[in-house]
Amino acid sequence: MTKKEIGELTTNIYFTIMNRINQKLQETKKILSIYFSAGYPKLNDTVQIIQDLEKSGIDMIEIGLPFSDPLADGPTIQASSTQALHNGMTTQVLFDQLKDIRKTVSIPLVIMGYFNPMLQYGVENFCQKCAEIGIDGLIIPDLPVDVYAEQYKEIFEKHGIINVFLITPQTADERIRFIDSVSDGFIYMVSSASVTGSQSGFGSAQQAYFKRIADMNLKNPQVIGFGISNKETFNQATQFAKGAIIGSAFITHLTENGTAKIEEFVKAIR
Amino acid sequence: MSFHVNEKGYYGEFGGAYIPEMLYPNVEELRQNYLKITADPSFQAEFDALLQDYVGRPTPLYFAERLSQKYNAKIYLKREDLCHTGAHKVNNTIGQILLAKRLGKKRIIAETGAGQHGVATATVCALMGLECIVYMGEIDIRRQAPNVARMKMLGAEVRPALSGSKTLKDATNEAIRDWINNPVDTYYIIGSVVGPHPYPDMVARFQSVISKEIKAQLLEKEGRENPDYVIACVGGGSNAAGAYYHFLDEKDVNIIAVEAAGLGVDSGESAATSALGKVGIIHGSKTLLMQTPDGQITEPYSISAGLDYPGVGPMHAHLFASGRAQFISITDAQAMNWGLELSKMEGIIPAIESAHAFAVLDEMTFNPEDVVVINLSGRGDKDLNTYIDYFKL
Repeated sequence: MTKKEIGELTTNIYFTIMNRINQKLQETKKILSIYFSAGYPKLNDTVQIIQDLEKSGIDMIEIGLPFSDPLADGPTIQASSTQALHNGMTTQVLFDQLKDIRKTVSIPLVIMGYFNPMLQYGVENFCQKCAEIGIDGLIIPDLPVDVYAEQYKEIFEKHGIINVFLITPQTADERIRFIDSVSDGFIYMVSSASVTGSQSGFGSAQQAYFKRIADMNLKNPQVIGFGISNKETFNQATQFAKGAIIGSAFITHLTENGTAKIEEFVKAIR
Repeated sequence: MSFHVNEKGYYGEFGGAYIPEMLYPNVEELRQNYLKITADPSFQAEFDALLQDYVGRPTPLYFAERLSQKYNAKIYLKREDLCHTGAHKVNNTIGQILLAKRLGKKRIIAETGAGQHGVATATVCALMGLECIVYMGEIDIRRQAPNVARMKMLGAEVRPALSGSKTLKDATNEAIRDWINNPVDTYYIIGSVVGPHPYPDMVARFQSVISKEIKAQLLEKEGRENPDYVIACVGGGSNAAGAYYHFLDEKDVNIIAVEAAGLGVDSGESAATSALGKVGIIHGSKTLLMQTPDGQITEPYSISAGLDYPGVGPMHAHLFASGRAQFISITDAQAMNWGLELSKMEGIIPAIESAHAFAVLDEMTFNPEDVVVINLSGRGDKDLNTYIDYFKL
């Protein structure tokens, strides 16, 4: 292949594959995103869950890469993560499961995981593998934005992987602006000071926070996560933000139903 | 080469603050204030007064005559076992509770493994009249009933960590989650030189009173401030950090770090992090830690609950990687035998953690004029049941 051809191919890949998150965010409708732990409830359920979620009308999926010590997660997600590890999930197993995912699935796919497993796989290798498979972005709660900007941003950009950062009600405006400047996809708004899955319904303080962020007119759209569990909380959140992410509530659904009735779960929300 | 933390929170390549954004405001508040507050003369005065009158400092530097004869060197024991609550841990909790008060915090949380840090935290919370919640692995709660009772007597609430392996690392995870859920009024007292910056540096500074006293005491007894060797056990590494602190830049001082080999470094039941660990992230810090090839943190083993942590503080990771400190690992059996040996030779029953440090005497040769300081980090009362079971006493 000539240099020019490689260049064209790279551009091609960038626009046809790597831009799925941005393309989706440009659509006028609100985004409903679902998180689940890869390899849960059973090791080989991953692909079927992704396919069923897309068929049910989900806009984006966060695939959880299980970790032994998930600091930012509450009991529901940690338990699913522990079970997934017990089932035999590893970084390599996940990549193997997902290798043909783009033959059947076209919505944006994001891997959410803690930094240590990625560090052990090699950050560059990890990003390269994601690009090969067609993973569009990563969410790494314990990789701070300043470390990312200094050490890893170039690698992510080289492989066309969007890195998504979190903000919380305690994040200072100046820092939100910095996170917005480093981001190129969406900002993950944590709905309250909490780990995942630890609340029900949004009070006036949270709605004020949603509005405050909306009024900042950030360049990146915001997607709200933590505490979204049903139609009501989804509607509340998307009144102010581009979309919302459901995690623990869907994990609980998987625990109770296995891979059955995914469409019913989604239809109850939207 | 510097062995102290740099302005970004790193020791060489180790350290930093790899924390979720939810923790950023809390950790940043601490980072911006800890040096300012602890340098304040009124803070220093209150800290020093409590260390003297409440903890019982300075702790003696005891010349161990019989040990010295046997090992043909001048062996001194730094008697941290004589601190109130039975170990060096309280030096740090006094410092942090004073800091928490100055930051206006009302609620204190802590993690504990064997319960020593939990007891030291519950103690200072009682002293200051602050609410105290200690997270402890469900399995450890069963193994360490006397310390659980102590914490309760001191007015603390002991909350079981039910997640993961239900031991120290999970208790730490639960404490961090509590902090995420209570970001405004709560202060997290970490018990060792681990966690995100500034904790490793802050805890090392509070524990550095150990080496500060050693210097003054050696000058009086030997006419020189520096020993030839300073030896300490390392789990997370807080007693070691304190014992090494003022000798880090003194090239003539040999620093010896003693890790728990458990049933043997290659047995699969070990806590020898320097030998078995790889660079990774644990509890917000980049350091050496025991993990699977896939990056999942593994459960270490040592008969001593205070040494079975899967990581090591970033300062120690740097001392290891740079070769500044020599790391030696000691098995359960060696340590237990030394617990008995020290009891019979010097009339001191050591904590099993501290007994590991003494066991290196068998692995080294000294010159008769060598001055060797061993940090006797804690007393053995808490370990009596383990000693009883092990030796069928």
